[in-house]
Amino acid sequence: MAGVASSSRQRSKIAPYLMILPALAYLAVFFVVPFWSLFRTSLSTSGGSIYLPTLTFNWDFSNYAHAFTAYQDQIVRSVIYALIATAVSLVISYPLAYVIAFKSGRYKNLLLGLVILPFFVTFLVRTLAWKTILADDGVVVHLLGTVGLLPSEGRLLSTSWAVVGGLVYNSMTFMVLPLYVSLEKIDQRLVEASKDLYSSSARTFRKIILPLSLPGVIAGSMLVFIPAIGDFINADYLGSTQTTMIGNVIQKQFLVVKDYPGAAALSFVLMALILVGVLSYTRALGTEDLV
Amino acid sequence: MTLPEATAMVEAVDAEAGTTKSRTPLPRRVLGNRKFGDHILRLVAILVLLFMFSPIFVIVVFSFNKPMGKFNYTWQGFTLENWADPFKYPALAHALRRSLEVAAISTLIALVLGTLLAIALVRQRFRGSKGVESFLVLPLTAPDVVMGASLLTLFLDLGWATGFGTILIAHIAFQISFIAMTVRARVRGFDWTLEDASMDLGAGPARTFFKVTLPLIVPGIVAAGMLSFALSLDDFIITYFVSGSTVTYPLFVNAAVKAAVPPQIDVLATGILVISLILLAVGTLYRRKRVDV
Repeated sequence: MAGVASSSRQRSKIAPYLMILPALAYLAVFFVVPFWSLFRTSLSTSGGSIYLPTLTFNWDFSNYAHAFTAYQDQIVRSVIYALIATAVSLVISYPLAYVIAFKSGRYKNLLLGLVILPFFVTFLVRTLAWKTILADDGVVVHLLGTVGLLPSEGRLLSTSWAVVGGLVYNSMTFMVLPLYVSLEKIDQRLVEASKDLYSSSARTFRKIILPLSLPGVIAGSMLVFIPAIGDFINADYLGSTQTTMIGNVIQKQFLVVKDYPGAAALSFVLMALILVGVLSYTRALGTEDLV
Repeated sequence: MTLPEATAMVEAVDAEAGTTKSRTPLPRRVLGNRKFGDHILRLVAILVLLFMFSPIFVIVVFSFNKPMGKFNYTWQGFTLENWADPFKYPALAHALRRSLEVAAISTLIALVLGTLLAIALVRQRFRGSKGVESFLVLPLTAPDVVMGASLLTLFLDLGWATGFGTILIAHIAFQISFIAMTVRARVRGFDWTLEDASMDLGAGPARTFFKVTLPLIVPGIVAAGMLSFALSLDDFIITYFVSGSTVTYPLFVNAAVKAAVPPQIDVLATGILVISLILLAVGTLYRRKRVDV
């Protein structure tokens, strides 16, 4: 009997490793190794022709210097676009998440469904639809033109406005859902207590609701910022050559120009930007408001 | 342990996770006598929802458009022609089929790998499980362009021709983490001693697995599978890097933007939307019914 028990314990000791092995092996080969490949490529020198490029790994750091100087505009633009898109997305998603969490009553599930609904249409087709909405002879441009709010270019399509707008649009669900989840978790007794102590609505919001919803704000901001800074679809469909982002360059260098080292170096620049952004953001929010 | 009970338990776990938490209504006093502010808030929320829905509206309407040139961007007139022949362009139909094939195969493989991983993480305490959990977040946070680019460099290094196979490999790679996290969230907090109870009451391991374990984890697996199927169907950026000459539905759409956008794109998008809504409604009703029983 004792033998059986110890052997089953032995089995259960290696069982979890057997269960995680296939998935981890897969991710090692097709997630970790590719990054190593990309890293080596970013430090290689390319030769050969465009049809048959050859790569030699020789710690060629000039790719990074080149990425910074040649694509400075795209780097700066990506950071600014992504920051603006994240901020706008947060500001307009918060009221919606707030209403769903606190004011929707029996319509709560319906509203949540509506927030997820756009996902059932391919994201490319949705972005394409904005081309119709923002068209030069479309309703929106006419309307803005009449009230004198049209940007100086005299149109919306092919401007930064359209690109940032598209980034905001594509990110909305990722912002609304985490905000909703964290608002929903707030203990209403705290809100009540604040009212009982004669706090105004604005003060209750500032001192209770907003700080308690910070986890949602942080999660949502990251879910928006990371895809936005690496995006190239919005810039491609709704922008012009004046609105290209890092993603456009990486994509073009990889698939059209076939400058693999340059594109690889730019990929690591992009990840470094994300890391810096995420770390400084969580640090700022973590120390100022939570304490 | 019956299926409905198991479903109810999973719902309970969900509720605990704060997703479907029901709450007692607040006293009037708390919601406040700031009627005006409330109205403004609701108005803003409605405007934001309109913003989220305007492209969907355009897509549905433009599926009935009779475009003049190659691009279905401006309204010309109403027609049912596009709906009469949604698969008019063989390339589009072919691309959609390719996407469905990729999504089905990759989801199945990723489900097996991801579910095993999730169950190991939830049920067993083992050395390194925390590390595995943190590692799983990485594929979800890496930007798509970089995921695509890194896989392409690997395939170049290995000298593999890109195509259907490499698309599958890439999709499985981003689905595993997603499925593992989703299944883990669904089955966490569940009382696994029910399995011991089943064994104590004389059920064999096979019976216990089919009568207790499986009914418990299946709803989570199905949900994760559906989400990651949708993820695969919708993926453009990563696929774009590793597709070679294989064309999936999103790749067809992207090529169309450069050459010609037929209204059939909107027809199929609307069709997929309607079908998913029906599936969703049926699923919800079915779940509700099972819980009621």
